[in-house]
Amino acid sequence: MEILVCVKRVPTVGGVITLTADQRAVDTKTSGFTISPHEECAVEEAVRLVERFGGAVTVVSLGPAAAEEQLRACLALGATAAVLLETADEAETGPIATAAALHTVAASRPFDLVLLGNEASDTGDYQVGIRLAHLLGRPAATGIKAISVSDDGASLAASRIYRGVLETFTLPLPCVVTVKEGINLPRYPSLPGRLRAKRAPVTRTPADGMAAAAGDVLMTRLRVPDAPKQQATVLGHGPDAVPALVSVLAETGVLS
Amino acid sequence: MTVFCLVEPDGDAVADASLRALTLGRGLAAGAATGVACVVFGALDPAVAAGLAAYGAADVYVVSGVDGYAPQAWARALAELLPDVGTAQHAVVAAGTERGNEVLAHLGAITGLPMAANCVAAAPADAGALGIVRQRWAGLLLEEAVLDAPAALLTVATDAVAAEPAPEPGPAVVHAVAPSVTDADLVVRALESSAGTGGASLATARVVVGGGRGVGSADGFAPLEELAGLLGGVVGVSRVVTSEGWRPHSMQVGQTGTKITPDVYLACGISGAIQHFAGCAGAKHIIAINTDPSAPMMTRADYAVVGDLHEVLPALIKALRARG
Repeated sequence: MEILVCVKRVPTVGGVITLTADQRAVDTKTSGFTISPHEECAVEEAVRLVERFGGAVTVVSLGPAAAEEQLRACLALGATAAVLLETADEAETGPIATAAALHTVAASRPFDLVLLGNEASDTGDYQVGIRLAHLLGRPAATGIKAISVSDDGASLAASRIYRGVLETFTLPLPCVVTVKEGINLPRYPSLPGRLRAKRAPVTRTPADGMAAAAGDVLMTRLRVPDAPKQQATVLGHGPDAVPALVSVLAETGVLS
Repeated sequence: MTVFCLVEPDGDAVADASLRALTLGRGLAAGAATGVACVVFGALDPAVAAGLAAYGAADVYVVSGVDGYAPQAWARALAELLPDVGTAQHAVVAAGTERGNEVLAHLGAITGLPMAANCVAAAPADAGALGIVRQRWAGLLLEEAVLDAPAALLTVATDAVAAEPAPEPGPAVVHAVAPSVTDADLVVRALESSAGTGGASLATARVVVGGGRGVGSADGFAPLEELAGLLGGVVGVSRVVTSEGWRPHSMQVGQTGTKITPDVYLACGISGAIQHFAGCAGAKHIIAINTDPSAPMMTRADYAVVGDLHEVLPALIKALRARG
């Protein structure tokens, strides 16, 4: 199987998110970068499929030059090749433009399967995979927590839980699937994998001007939501707090 | 402006997430002559129709010819409804659920229009555009943005907009529609089967008992499960619990797990990483139990008990049983 996995460089956020002075980006002066957990699982799923069926895993990212770091991390996990669609700066690319950029790579070779995370952990647009599928003219399934490819490699069953019910979609290959964390437990990169990832070539293609063409939602500014609550009321220490705890539960109406 | 609202039923009622979307949509349609038009796929349960009218639906379009859930076919049906309203600007809203986000993304791709996911507010701005506020980082950040398109496609966050019945509800006019979907639209369709998870769903439970690193082991969840049973709730866990393999990922609350909206979230031994708050911020009341009073979960909760969950929970269970 030839599999393409799309990943995005996003800040690693810890205890708080702080914004830049112009309120148009997350301040990353003190943070590292990563790919979202959904995407890490997408890479792992692709590597497992290639281990079973043979073939190759290509990872692609639209982002700044520094996104090479994330692509090399994917190579260390077992991806075979990496493509960076390099933007001139850290400015955001909206979902319509992102899908169009990824399409240039996804359509360049006959990939059997294109995997993405269900949503990027930063912008959370929930649509790049579907827009890419429409550009490719291929079926799509999203939010997937289990993939099972038929023995002949002609189709796959993709499933997820919806309101307590298991939903299974059967898709002919080639197709596009977006996955969520929990579909697998990603491996740690092996030492040989890390060494190979250091030497592996990353193909770089300029992606300038792609953002300007699309009619995406226009961000004005970002803000941190108002602190919703004041300091917690301490009900007590240890088991002595139980009477107060029962009173609070009774007040909320859940002890009917 | 005509506002279409994609409705997801929940048994014989309207899903809470759809009522939230309908409430936001009603605000957008305020002042317009046409009101909110709800779109339902399959048969219309009378109780669902009544529920939609109570939340301000002026019209209900019942779509036939698409059996079950087929995301692209649902989007095609919505796309066919759109031209009927003429050239005036209109909007399509849906719940920010997996289905809502998926169908509106397909609609965006079919129509070439932008789509804004997980909005918490929307109001007319200059020159026919909409000013929107939407969630990023699963709600840890908000984005203020302009959505300038002939049809505004947006989904509504499931944990941020309160569902409110219409102050002066009227009857809803029911229309039957049969869209012309193509075979390609029907390639991807859901086959539903029992998930075998049993019990109440994490996303819709009224009470969630949460466990984190402080639970200590897979076996340590026994008192949490007993308490959840007593309260008619379910157990949820933090990311460290699933990473350790103590509980499956399907029980994870947080940015990459499930977003919960219970009346009470009892967070036991959870320090409260920012990604966890993204999943539980929609809880009406948060009660934290933790040995560390300075843990973020303890300071951001409504109520806090300083102590070891393995001592507090058995005492709480005993007190609740004694209460009858």
